Amino acid sequence: MSTSLLKSGLWATIVTGLLAILILLGSRNLAHLDAALVGYLFASLFATFGLTYRYTMWLQRPPTAMYWRRGWRVFFRSGHLWRNTAEWFRRFFRGFALNIFIWKRGRSRWAAHWLIMWGCILASAITFPLVFGWIHFETLPGNFEWYRAYVFGVPTFAFPIDSILGFVTFHGLVWAAFLVIGGVMIAMRRRMREHGAAAVQEFGEDILPLILLFAISVTGLMLTASYTWMRGYAFDFLAILHAITVIFTLLYLPFGKFFHIFQRPAQLGVAFYMDVGAAGGQAVCRRCGEPFASRMQVEDLITVEHQLGYRYELPNSSVEHYQWICPRCRRSMLAVAQGALWESARAEESRASALTNAMDPAGFE
Amino acid sequence: MPVPEHLEFFIDPSRCIGCESCVQACSECDTHRGHSMIHLEYVERSRTTQTTPVICMHCDSPTCAEVCPADAIKRTEDGVVQSARKPRCIACSNCVLACPFGVPKMKSDLELMMKCDMCYDRSSVGKKPMCASVCPSQALFFGAREEIERLRKRSAAVNRFRFGNQTVTTKVNMMVPRDARPEYVDVAAAMEEDSLGGDIMLNVLST
Repeated sequence: MSTSLLKSGLWATIVTGLLAILILLGSRNLAHLDAALVGYLFASLFATFGLTYRYTMWLQRPPTAMYWRRGWRVFFRSGHLWRNTAEWFRRFFRGFALNIFIWKRGRSRWAAHWLIMWGCILASAITFPLVFGWIHFETLPGNFEWYRAYVFGVPTFAFPIDSILGFVTFHGLVWAAFLVIGGVMIAMRRRMREHGAAAVQEFGEDILPLILLFAISVTGLMLTASYTWMRGYAFDFLAILHAITVIFTLLYLPFGKFFHIFQRPAQLGVAFYMDVGAAGGQAVCRRCGEPFASRMQVEDLITVEHQLGYRYELPNSSVEHYQWICPRCRRSMLAVAQGALWESARAEESRASALTNAMDPAGFE
Repeated sequence: MPVPEHLEFFIDPSRCIGCESCVQACSECDTHRGHSMIHLEYVERSRTTQTTPVICMHCDSPTCAEVCPADAIKRTEDGVVQSARKPRCIACSNCVLACPFGVPKMKSDLELMMKCDMCYDRSSVGKKPMCASVCPSQALFFGAREEIERLRKRSAAVNRFRFGNQTVTTKVNMMVPRDARPEYVDVAAAMEEDSLGGDIMLNVLST
């Protein structure tokens, strides 16, 4: 087994173990664990293992490792920490809370993503603490009209069951389901109608996640409908159906499109890296003499390409490495290289023709 | 659906007349509607009027994908290197800087790399990519190998390119002299070459 596999396996075991310890602590030795949610609990532990394993494997890829190190280093540069922290919050709010960059890519794409994202965040914020036993509710002693919330077994605020706060709290997953269903509808419509999306989409990567989110939301709403308006009709069946959709999604988390939830925050580190690169020395094209990128990034790329086994070095040339040629010159050189082949072919033809004429000047043959 | 195996892309920069039809048509493609992914470059503006269209060469082992820290660039089984996956691309520009052909474009406002995907909505159902469907001089040709060999008797297709110590094999072919038929096109060696424009290659256009 390779070192990278072992390292990832070790990290995955450590993080999963830490989560298990936190569950033991938060649920007070499993005292507050909801037995009906045990299936979710084990699926969550599996997902944690899988996600950590894949994440650490991803971090070991040469380009990712390079950016990971560089990103943290430029973030913690001395004298820049406060400004970087403020900038981090600004970027986090614009990129992650508002999804501004998706807005620029398309309005319907943004609406779909924003609704699904906030629906999932809300649902996760409610579900996971309940599944892990970190939050539970108890009626007040001698007063069945009031609930008290316990966090990690510590009593916190209390509220009347029939209050607005109670209604909003106990229907949190319903609001989340409405958000997700709205987003899924918009996303599915785009995938069914746009030729471009249809050409490149894959079932496992693009359609299955939408189906799963839709299935979770609809079966969850059916549970609420069953106990609210139908006197618990088919509740057991619906509960099992809902559990299957949730558990399948948790098991799918490390493998499919949902992995981008964990991958995407790396974008914040890249932004700092780009800022530092733009302010620092620039790489100058060794063919046309024009600056074209940050020198730091070009040097990092040369290192990464070497680690990946590429050999773009130019022996016996003052250019040293093809990475020092700007993209525009690379495009031009393709045509120049082809032209050189034609010129040499024509020169060869001319030589052959001259030779023929010299051997047979009168053209007798 | 994969691109049919018998259909291939052939480029011949020496036939380019700089009309920009490909640039306009490219932005009509449904996979990147409104964004032209083709580059039309003047080879060396001060010395020659020659232009060259540059599309993605769709490398067998794409450097752009390998250097992507977000693992956002995928090559489909039929050998087409797709644009960066939108959920993953972190707009670092590594791919833009690493591509030996200078193909990917960074759309900074969208925080997204986009590139030629051979008009996958069209080529995957056997239609010509937009650029090849409008190119009047057929500098961009999409069709069967037998067809182009029949049409261009002095040319042969090569899909290997040399950059210093690195050889890159591509899905897209470049037309070169049939008699010379080099093993590969030495692109890096072109740094030492004068640009074209010394003479007009009518014999190339006639073949």
